[in-house]
Amino acid sequence: MVHFTAEEKAAITSLWGKVNVEEAGGEALGRLLVVYPWTQRFFDNFGNLSSTSAIMGNPKVKAHGKKVLTSFGDAIKNMDNLKGAFAKLSELHCDKLHVDPENFRLLGNVLVCVLAHHFGHEFNPQVQAAFQKVVAGVASALAHKYH
Amino acid sequence: MVLSSADKNNVKACWGKIGSHAGEYGAEALERTFCSFPTTKTYFPHFDLSHGSTQVQAHGQKVADALTKAVAHIDDLPNALSDLSDLHAYKLRVDPVNFKFLSHCLLVTLACHHPEEFTPAVHASLDKFFSAVSTVLTSKYR
Repeated sequence: MVHFTAEEKAAITSLWGKVNVEEAGGEALGRLLVVYPWTQRFFDNFGNLSSTSAIMGNPKVKAHGKKVLTSFGDAIKNMDNLKGAFAKLSELHCDKLHVDPENFRLLGNVLVCVLAHHFGHEFNPQVQAAFQKVVAGVASALAHKYH
Repeated sequence: MVLSSADKNNVKACWGKIGSHAGEYGAEALERTFCSFPTTKTYFPHFDLSHGSTQVQAHGQKVADALTKAVAHIDDLPNALSDLSDLHAYKLRVDPVNFKFLSHCLLVTLACHHPEEFTPAVHASLDKFFSAVSTVLTSKYR
C-alpha cells in the first residue's frame, strides 16, 4: 500500500492543478504509441498510426488520452485509497480489455516525461519522486484485480 | 531492438546540443534516480548523496562522458563500451533493472532542459539508445 506524505500530496496536487488534462492526455498516449510501438496492439480500430505525426495528430488518440488522464486525475483525489478507487477499472482492464499491466508502468513513465517536458525546472527531483509514487500506485491498483 | 539511421541522427543531434552541459545533466539524472528509486542508493553507500554532492557531480560527469563516447561510436557500441561492460559485469554487478531507472531519469532530465529538442521522435530514439547502451553494459553478466 502506497503512503504519501503531506508534502508529496501537496506537490502532486499543486502541479496537477496546472495540467491541461486534454492536452497532456493526448501527448502521453501518443508518446506511448510512438516510443513503445508494440502498445499499438490495443488500438487496431484507431485508424492511422503509421507515423509519429499520424499518431500525435490522431483524434482518437487524443480523445482516448484525455479519457485516461481524466481517470488519472481521479487518482490524485484518492491517493489514500488507490486500490479502492481503481477496483472496477482493474477488472475492466483484465477481463474485457486484456491489457498486460506492464503497459500501465510504461504509460506512467511516459506521463512523467510529459510533465517534465511541460514544467521544466519546476519538475524538480522531489516533485518527480512524488509523481513516480503516484504512477506506480496507479499501475499497481490497476493490476490489483488481475487473475 | 535496432537503432535506425534516423534514431542515430536524432541522438547525435540532441547530444550535440547538450554540449558542455552533459556532466551537469548526468549528475542531475543520478540525483533524480536516487530520489525516485531509493533502492538505487544501495550501490553508493560510500557516497555523500546529498544535493550538490561533489561525488555525485563527479560521477555524473563520468556517466556523461561514457554516453558521449557511446554517441560518437553509435555504430559499434559493443566495441566502444567493452571495458565498461567488463567493469559492470565483473566488478560493479549493478542489477539490470537499475539501468532502466537511470535511463528514464536521463530522459526526464533532457525533457526538462531541452523541451524543444524532446519531440516524440527524439524521445523514442533516446529511449532506444539508452536501452542499447544498457544492453551492452549488461551483456557479459552471465
